[in-house]
Parts: sequence; C-alpha cells; structure tokens
Amino acid sequence: MQARRSRAGRASAGRRSRRSRQTRGLEALRETRGPDEERGRKLVIFAWSGDLDRVWATLILATSGAAMGMQTTVFFTFWGLFPLVKNDVRITGDNWMQKMLSLMDRGGTEHLKLSKMHFAGVGPRMIKRLAKDHKVASPTELLEMARDMGVNLVPCQMTMDLMGLKREDLVEGLQEPAGATTALLEAQDAITLFI
Amino acid sequence: MSTTLTSLDLKGLSCPLPIIKTAQALKLLPSGSLVEVLATDPGSVPDFTAWCRSTGNTLVDQEDQDGVFRFVIRKR
Repeated sequence: MQARRSRAGRASAGRRSRRSRQTRGLEALRETRGPDEERGRKLVIFAWSGDLDRVWATLILATSGAAMGMQTTVFFTFWGLFPLVKNDVRITGDNWMQKMLSLMDRGGTEHLKLSKMHFAGVGPRMIKRLAKDHKVASPTELLEMARDMGVNLVPCQMTMDLMGLKREDLVEGLQEPAGATTALLEAQDAITLFI
Repeated sequence: MSTTLTSLDLKGLSCPLPIIKTAQALKLLPSGSLVEVLATDPGSVPDFTAWCRSTGNTLVDQEDQDGVFRFVIRKR
C-alpha cells in the first residue's frame, strides 16, 4: 500500500515535471519560431461541393490562407472537381452516363449552380451581378489568383476516373492527381476544412 | 530601412481582395519597406490587424478618413 502510494506520488510528480517541461517547450518554441513557422501554418481544404456559393468560400479561404503565408492545398473531390473543368469544355466523359452527367451538370467556374435560390440560373446571374457591383472577385478570378499565389490545387484521381474527366478537360496549373491518403497525410498537421 | 512609401489604392475592393493585393505587392518589396494601403471595405480594419499579426508585418499606422481606411504597413 505504502509502496503503491509512493509510486503514485512519484508518477504524479513525474507528470507534473513533464507538463512543465512541455509548457516551457511551447514557450521556447513561440520565442524562437517566427510567425511563419508556428503551428497552424498549413491549410488544407477538401473541396467536395461544386455549388457556386461553396466554391466561392473555398477559393476565398484558399487565397486568404496563401496571403497569410500559409502553405495551402485544396483537394478537389467529387462534385468539387467540376469547377476545375475548363469553361469552354462542354461534354466530358467516355460513356453515355458520364456524358449525361456533364450535360446536366456543366463544369467550369462560369457554370456553377447555387445551392439555394438557383431559380434555373436566375439566382447565379443576380449574385454575379451583385458581386461585380461590390467588386467581389469571381470564382474564375479567385481560382487564377490561387494558382498564381502558389496554392496547391490537387484533383482527386478516383473522381476523375469515375466522372470520366481527363487532365486535358481540366484547367492548367494543377498538381498531379492524388488520392485520399495523400490528402489525409497533407492534412495531418494542418487546419482542415471540408467544404 | 527603406523610407520610400509605396501606395496601394484598393478602394472599392471587397474581402479578400485588399489583403490579397497587399500580400502580392509586399512580396515584390524588400524587408523593411513601408506600404500605404487605402481601402473602403470596413472588414479590412480587423482583417489587416489579424493579417499583420499572423504574417509578422507591422501595422505602423491606421486611420479612418471619410470612409477611407488608411493602413501603413512595414514589411518584416
């Protein structure tokens, strides 16, 4: 009993000293590291949605992250891959199902639909006009800015195969297509958002 | 330390453009450069403060004149 208590006492003393070492360590790190090397200097966004309103948010956050000096990566997966299709590409896919998909859900930043109040295309036209009046950058401009600012734009290989999208269907300046493991590995020490 | 003041007129632009244009402009300037930014987006006041804190640049001066927000930033 006595021995156990003293062991417990030693253990808790050990924990305390470990904790204080950790606290000192963090303070020391904060002192020695510049703002660019602090934790949370990486941003990873999983862009799953192809909706205009969500893609807008994705690109605003990605460009802002890059402007803050964060190492920023956007993984475009599932519906989120369609905004990367070139605006002048009309039909994509190899088989009739993939072709139907591209017919019904045209890719490209200029052809995105609103998640609500779409009203057969009237909604996006109004929002785009409002955005222009208020000098809010369009998704097309933001995507270009993101690329220029060094944001890693990574298309999901599986979605490309599934939807029949080829590299030549997608805009220039993307990273090599990758999978979920690459995405999760990149996200390990980053702020992550699923949009 | 450089004493020439680069001026950026970002009046009328909305979030996140004032920050992005400033970040892009600062990239081309040497450390210690002074940049004056003029913006009309009220959100740019908290945004520039946060941006300077996170990037390590210094917000030397900030004032509000007739709806125009003026920021003076020193690049780190």
